[in-house]
Amino acid sequence: MSLRNVGIVYRKELTEAIRDRRTVISTILVPLLLFPVLSVGFGSLAVMLVGKAKEEVPKVMLRGGQDSPDVVRGLKKLEKIEIVPETPDWKDQIINKEIRAAVEIPPGFQADVAQQKQDTVNIYDYEGELKSEFATDKVEKYLKDYSDTVVKDRLAAKNLPVGVLKPFELKRENVAPPEKVSGAAFGGIIGYMVILLCMTGAMYPAMDLTAGEKERGTMETILSSPISRTHLVLGKFFLILTAALGTAALSVLSMGVSFSVLSHYTGQTAGGRAAAAGFLLHLGPKTVISVFIMALPIAVLFSSVLMTIALFAKTYKEAQSYLTPMTFIVIIPAIASMLPGVELTPKLSLIPILSTSLLCKELVAGTYHWNLIAIIFSSTCVYAAVALFIAIKMFQRESVLFRS
Amino acid sequence: MIDARGLSKRFQDKKRGEIRAVDNVSFQCQPGKIYGLLGANGAGKTTTLRMLATILEPTDGTATVCGYDVVEHPEKVRANVGFLSTATALYRRLTAQEFVEYFGRLNGLDEATLKKRIDIIFDRLDMNGFRDRRCDKLSTGMMQKTSIARTLVHDPPVMIFDEPTNGLDIMTARTITSFIRECRNNGKTVIFSTHIMSEVEKLCDTIGIIQSGKLLVEGTLAQLRDKYAEHELEEIFVKVVTPHYVAEEKN
Repeated sequence: MSLRNVGIVYRKELTEAIRDRRTVISTILVPLLLFPVLSVGFGSLAVMLVGKAKEEVPKVMLRGGQDSPDVVRGLKKLEKIEIVPETPDWKDQIINKEIRAAVEIPPGFQADVAQQKQDTVNIYDYEGELKSEFATDKVEKYLKDYSDTVVKDRLAAKNLPVGVLKPFELKRENVAPPEKVSGAAFGGIIGYMVILLCMTGAMYPAMDLTAGEKERGTMETILSSPISRTHLVLGKFFLILTAALGTAALSVLSMGVSFSVLSHYTGQTAGGRAAAAGFLLHLGPKTVISVFIMALPIAVLFSSVLMTIALFAKTYKEAQSYLTPMTFIVIIPAIASMLPGVELTPKLSLIPILSTSLLCKELVAGTYHWNLIAIIFSSTCVYAAVALFIAIKMFQRESVLFRS
Repeated sequence: MIDARGLSKRFQDKKRGEIRAVDNVSFQCQPGKIYGLLGANGAGKTTTLRMLATILEPTDGTATVCGYDVVEHPEKVRANVGFLSTATALYRRLTAQEFVEYFGRLNGLDEATLKKRIDIIFDRLDMNGFRDRRCDKLSTGMMQKTSIARTLVHDPPVMIFDEPTNGLDIMTARTITSFIRECRNNGKTVIFSTHIMSEVEKLCDTIGIIQSGKLLVEGTLAQLRDKYAEHELEEIFVKVVTPHYVAEEKN
């Protein structure tokens, strides 16, 4: 094995890659800008839209309630809600967002409450619509408070303590450290992003260094030089791997900076939310290094597989049509790892991509299952080695190199 | 020197089945001589030269280049060969100098030798004016000079030219033909494929006419003129090739 020749090819490919605008955009600019745009851009847009939605005074239609003046008065006193009189097309008005909700007070409601008869108050809303939910929340809170007051008055009238209806308080407290909480919440996304960006980072150079080289007519030039095809493929492979890992590293860096900026911008400071928003600040060097060590065999796997597939293509465009479906093959297991209840088991450890994605989740949460880490690392290394071996073999097949 | 013995290459085609691109071809090229492989498009010239340059592996037969077998020692063969064709393009994002340096390094030259070789070649080919210009900014003539510099950087004893003037303008083509002549004068073994009769007449010491992968006839221009009682190479070529061409058409 002549490392000198592999190094010569690698250096030349790196020089060309740095001078290629498309490679620089896909490997450096996209990962650096994607997260600031997604998190800070969309985050601040979301904050602005929610703020605007909260500022709006929603209209709530009151149905009935003529014989329940206290309840109606209470509703009308609610801040930032405008009670409007009943019209027959109230449902259409909610659907058309002319009003945000409607509350229906049954006939004789106040009298029934006084006589301890149970009635039902209906609130009609537009499910999933933010402004409708704000209006409904306010009405619901008022009616719950009213219900609690009635209960308290009834207990007081019979000289009974509140404890009769509420024998104990229920309190929930998180004991997991902030990094584990944020790991559980965001670890899946880290794994998903690292895997996906390893793939997208490798994709462009994989096409450029194989199908692109055939298309530009330089394949025959390089094949006429004394370098062995194994060294040639290794030099190209290391460049693709560099792009894959570089893209992933820049993405994680950019994601960390974006999240901390967003956390600062939105002013989230309390409890778990702060931990979640600024969670990358909790990632120590140990976690970052662990995630990248685990990403290494998966990046090798992607680089080899993408290079082998792209090598079959005669042109860059043909390579694109072969490689685009690969994105879906990678996304499916990566997303599966984020589904609730999917946890790392020895069997799942053998499934490439899914296992690494699940493991990243654990690593970000600060949990190290060494036996599973060993299984995942070694199995992914085996898959990667097989893929690299196939890539080398493909580079020696004339039917692939000179396909016409 | 080059010694081809029963060189054959078969390809599998989904529609046409087995194709014999080169069929049992044998010839020798001597140092200080130019061997011209003359044939129509698809006759098997490129495949033959690609096998000699070890870009393709023979299906049967073999060849030795400077004593190295093309099947057993392909890397040693390539280290002794300069291969130039219109299909051997340049890396457009490298400068002319970087491009030549890259191939010099792949040929095992150390940095000091490489610098000396590049200075000599760039002076000789008058390339200093564009040595730091990227290959995608070069004119066709400059590109051809850069390709020539690439084949010369390791000073190989054997030169293989596959239709090197194909599609080039007259001035650029002349640069190439004078370079081929110079290679012969420097004692290199030269093999050269073309379908342009005038180039063969001007350059070649020995001519081999190839059709349908078979080497039909071989000899000096004078020998061929005597044998076929024709003065013009084009007439000789037509006389040699026509019977085979007609037989092929019938099949």
